[in-house]
Amino acid sequence: MSTTTPPITPPSSPHSPSSSGGGGGEVNYINATKGIKSWMFTVDHKRIGLMYMVGVMSAYGLGGLFAILLRSELWNPEPSFIGGAEAGTTEAMNNAWDFYNQAFTLHGAVMVFLFIIPAIPAILGNMVLPIMLGAKDVAFPRLNLLSFYFWVLGGLFFVWVLSKGIINSFYPGMIEIWGPGGLETGWTFYTPYSTTTQNSAVVAATFGAFILGFSSILTGLNFIATVHMLRPKGMGWFQLPLFLWALYATAIIQILATPVLAITLLLLIAEKTLGVGIFNPALGGDAVLYQHFFWFYSHPAVYIMILPALGIISEVVSVHSRKSIFGYKFIAISSLAIAFLGFLVWGHHMFTSGQSALTNAVFSLITFFVAVPSAIKTFNWIATMYKGDIRITTPFIYILFTIGLFTIGGLTGLFLGCLSTDIHFHDTYFVVAHFHYVMMGSTLFAFLAGVYHWFPKMFGKMYNVFWSNLGGIIAFIGFQLAFFIQFIAGSQGMPRRYASYPEHFEFYHQVSTVGAYTMGAGMIIVLLTWIVALRTGKKAPANPWGGNTLEWHTTSPPPTANFHAEPTAEEPYDYSGWKYVSPEEGWVQRTPEEREAARQQLGTGH
Amino acid sequence: MHVLSTLAQIGSGNLGMPPQASTYAADIDWTYAFTFWSCTVAFVIIMVAMIWFIWKYRHRPGYVQQGAPAHSTSLELFWSIIPTIIFLVIFYYGFTGFVDMATVPDYAYEIRVKSRKWSWDFVYPNGAVSSHLVVPKDTPVRLVLSSDDVIHSLFIPAFRTKKDVVPGRFNWTWFQAIANAPIRTEGVSADDKLLDKELGLDYFDLYCTEYCGTNHSMMRARVYVREPSVFQEWVTKQADILGTMPPAEGGKYLYTAKGCKQCHTVDGGAGNGPTWKDMFGYKQPLVGGGSVLADENYIRESILNPGAKLHEGYSNIMSSMQGNITEDEITAIIEYMKTLSDKGPKPMEAWPDAAETPAAAVE
Amino acid sequence: MTQVTDSHTDDHTGHAGHDDHEHHGPPHLAHHFETPEQQLSSAKLGMWVFLATEILMFGGLFCAYSVWRGNHPEVFAYAHTALNKDFGFINTIFLITSSFTMAWAVRTAQLGRTKATFILMGLTLLGGCGFLVVKTFEYKAKWDHHLFVGDLNEHHPDYVAPAEAAHGEADGDHGAVDEHATIEQTAADHGAADHGTSDASVEVAGETTGETAGEIVGGAERTSIALAPDGPAGVVADWMVAPVIAGETADAGHADDHAADGTDEHGAHGEAAADAGHADAHGGGHGDGHSVSKEIVPLKDRQKIHQFFQIYFLMTGLHTFHVLVGMGVIAWLMFCKVPKGIFGPGYYTPIDLVGLYWHLVDLIWIFLFPLLYLIH
Repeated sequence: MSTTTPPITPPSSPHSPSSSGGGGGEVNYINATKGIKSWMFTVDHKRIGLMYMVGVMSAYGLGGLFAILLRSELWNPEPSFIGGAEAGTTEAMNNAWDFYNQAFTLHGAVMVFLFIIPAIPAILGNMVLPIMLGAKDVAFPRLNLLSFYFWVLGGLFFVWVLSKGIINSFYPGMIEIWGPGGLETGWTFYTPYSTTTQNSAVVAATFGAFILGFSSILTGLNFIATVHMLRPKGMGWFQLPLFLWALYATAIIQILATPVLAITLLLLIAEKTLGVGIFNPALGGDAVLYQHFFWFYSHPAVYIMILPALGIISEVVSVHSRKSIFGYKFIAISSLAIAFLGFLVWGHHMFTSGQSALTNAVFSLITFFVAVPSAIKTFNWIATMYKGDIRITTPFIYILFTIGLFTIGGLTGLFLGCLSTDIHFHDTYFVVAHFHYVMMGSTLFAFLAGVYHWFPKMFGKMYNVFWSNLGGIIAFIGFQLAFFIQFIAGSQGMPRRYASYPEHFEFYHQVSTVGAYTMGAGMIIVLLTWIVALRTGKKAPANPWGGNTLEWHTTSPPPTANFHAEPTAEEPYDYSGWKYVSPEEGWVQRTPEEREAARQQLGTGH
Repeated sequence: MHVLSTLAQIGSGNLGMPPQASTYAADIDWTYAFTFWSCTVAFVIIMVAMIWFIWKYRHRPGYVQQGAPAHSTSLELFWSIIPTIIFLVIFYYGFTGFVDMATVPDYAYEIRVKSRKWSWDFVYPNGAVSSHLVVPKDTPVRLVLSSDDVIHSLFIPAFRTKKDVVPGRFNWTWFQAIANAPIRTEGVSADDKLLDKELGLDYFDLYCTEYCGTNHSMMRARVYVREPSVFQEWVTKQADILGTMPPAEGGKYLYTAKGCKQCHTVDGGAGNGPTWKDMFGYKQPLVGGGSVLADENYIRESILNPGAKLHEGYSNIMSSMQGNITEDEITAIIEYMKTLSDKGPKPMEAWPDAAETPAAAVE
Repeated sequence: MTQVTDSHTDDHTGHAGHDDHEHHGPPHLAHHFETPEQQLSSAKLGMWVFLATEILMFGGLFCAYSVWRGNHPEVFAYAHTALNKDFGFINTIFLITSSFTMAWAVRTAQLGRTKATFILMGLTLLGGCGFLVVKTFEYKAKWDHHLFVGDLNEHHPDYVAPAEAAHGEADGDHGAVDEHATIEQTAADHGAADHGTSDASVEVAGETTGETAGEIVGGAERTSIALAPDGPAGVVADWMVAPVIAGETADAGHADDHAADGTDEHGAHGEAAADAGHADAHGGGHGDGHSVSKEIVPLKDRQKIHQFFQIYFLMTGLHTFHVLVGMGVIAWLMFCKVPKGIFGPGYYTPIDLVGLYWHLVDLIWIFLFPLLYLIH
């Protein structure tokens, strides 16, 4: 169709536009078509985003359950989950340690592969990326759906591994029939442990991760093509919303790093099944080579987890401060800089592995450089708040938590980038605390902030502000309790992945466990607010926050084709065009005269 | 109690780090403190600014927003360059500190460290072997690390040293201990007390910090710092340790010292390996059917080639002890196993030729 | 909201608008693109990005290749002589030719010449088939000579010689020899000529080893030589034949194991026995040639030979898988899409994309061939 056609038709059911209105009256992507098939075979990016949301949040629940279990085992140094064994025996200890090893591995693997990596790009990215671009869909809608099913398939492998483990523990005879279950190699699958262990279903799990890699690659590929090809007229690269810059940088990492993980896991599987000696020194392989391969993917993968979160911070801080983001170009380019430098620092995971001092020094130096863009972003967010008109809304509160956690996580990274101190902190609870602050604290809270920010857009419903804030505050307190003390335990020398520990660490672990439970309670409240809002939430206005990126220019929730009329690209962070009316109507567009007056008052004539 | 002591520890100047017991520990702690205070200042600045802005510019009746610039290149360059400089300073101190840790004096005393799931062997130049690390004070010590199975990692918090133990290659690390550990009063089980009656309870912790399976968290050892003369005395005696006790008692010592304890019980309980209780002299069922009488030859074979005749119900996870155990040590273990079984002959009372054998074994 | 009811409405009913077969407006234009050009550019960009991921995936393997080669250069230089350069060369020709016909097919598709497109894609497919056939011969030969991956490679520490099947296997080898006699013979001649070694020396090597290897394994060692035509005959014969002896000696050595003597360590024992037999075998008639080879690959490194074969099989295996996928897509387009005559100047995206993919597959082979077959 040519660009001169009348405004784009609103979506409609196959029968007639009016038959599917339902109770709300308005046709949107959720009620446009009905039936399970209309969801399973949908190519609508928003529906795919919602399906991802259901799946990814289930995975999060599973990962969280493992977290609670492993923290419970760590309540004291004695074995707790001893199965059917008699207390005090070696069998009891073995059972408990094996249980703990399974729990921490599955916690890590599920959280990393099934939750954090897809959380923001696949849920929120899918949901808003095309709308922010004013596009009707991502560039390859069917590939997008395929990506989702790859995710499901990969997830099923983990479910299979897990079920096997559970069934084996009740019916040990099953091991003879279908081999060991569960996973106890650590999510990193370090060789030669993973290739020689007989205790877990390493091949199934790594194959699951391999398939999840395809899901990740396809999402990244889609986002890159979409951002390149489907930008509307008038939207140059530097009018791109910062969340999209972040997703774009993330997508680059996804497509460049994930294939290396894929081949690494394939080699691991070949080693495990065919007995080739790639990583096993006993067969002439090189154990550390695996670590190089693995971290060549997994360090950039850390930025796959955190970059989209930083993008959300930029969006939310600006919108809720009612002020243009400070230093747009620095933030945008720092995303790319992080993506680029992120590929050059993998060796800092191996400072103690015996690599040469020179190698260590180079990796350490580059690691410090990768900290600079993060510092720039943080200062720019603070500067954005300066002279703002700050609305302390739910997303904003979550973003404050995020900034706090990200700052702590980022600063403690300096101790680990620094060579001499890293030797001491490596593989201790200091590292555990650090990456939980960055990956878990920052990414999770930014994800929640993003969900609360776009919830009205996604579902057309508003949530209960009080309970949402309360859930966040409880989760935040729980998080700090659980993890801050781990920095101290780590500096004292508490090694990670320990099922038992010297008694003088007991206090730290108990505080940490209390924190984990607290955080779990907070997260349950958060999830309940979503469910309640979906059922009984008030109708949300099209633009509840006064944002000016294109998703706020359409209805809530948007129609299947995203826009009723072709949108025109504007400066994404110019808020002078919106005025607040009421909670029901949200923000509405000002007339040109009103807008000019608002600009005069701010002294920022364009 | 714990809260108070923890707070006291954190506030006691070394910011939660363990006691400094090696020459380079102080330098690392200095770098740590420098980074810590830099970070604290940065964190406070960011948080205070954030909270102050939020308070000052919060939306409220009567508040009118003023315009502000959307970017300021000089300001942004300022907060790009200042952190970069601080980062480079931290890098510099970290790097120089690391060079010290990576430069071992030529005259260092060398101790071989052999590791396996889930125990450590420390082998001294005179052939003495111990499961805990004893080092001379004020003497550079170089540890040469090797692993029989998977990757382990040797970590001594008090020395600030850590090095992965990678199978298929030798890694090394070094330190010079400058202080002895305080005597412990809590967290010492009766069993361990017996083992360390010679060495006492003034030890530092040594951990395995690379995940290595079921008993990873049990793969700990103790580090004793001794005056060189005391150390010399100990290491000489340790070379001859089996000679100082009857074979069965020596076997009991080896049961703990060689790490057999990690998998085999002596009370009939289940473990990763078959229990030693009532093993000697009994027929043992084998994987794949059949059985074998657990006599001296079977036990010797199972120590040197664990997979040869696998006990029913267990998988082949034990590494061969070939090269890590002497014939006399095997004998001692067999004698110890005899004491655990109600079948078979009585264990030997003393070494056949107490004067020579153990010394010959050690060479 | 219902005011617009023009012909575009159909495009937006449900999700049918995504279907390539909608013929409203420009054909094959998905509803979220504005122009066919935009759609083609998007598809091409997506394909290039995908190819980038492919290159990175193979990049991991090339990286592993470099590391292994760096660790054991002599083993690699030595073991690669077991690969048949001629087969590799024929395959290179197959792929380059098919790449050319594929590029041509893209051009004819752009011009809308359906029949030419069909034929050219068919030729491409034939090239792929030829490649696979040659690859099958190569893999079969490696399999027959226990040079497969992992513990199916006789140099692998966990390799267990199929003791009781030894004789039957020798028969199997005879079959293989007969089947591929011509190719092997040509290859053998070629290799011998290349290195200025006369046919006679090949014969001598064969005979010598035949004597020493014992009568049990009849013609098997002859096949070994024939299959390894590239190196100097003596060199090749040495390590290629060694397995035969090792296998034979292993009969005895491993028999010990099975007889539950149990005190010996598998690999070391077998290797030692093999070496002993070996030294005896070649100490006699053929000293010179073999001593050279021993310098090249000392006994302790000989078991690392399996590493060369594992990288060989991993790299070519993954590549062959890609060839298969490419052939599948080409066949599908050729038989299901092209005959409908839907491709022309306005729409040729699928042909273009599969062409890009096929060129990449070709390109990867262009790197694999010299790295595995040619360089010393």
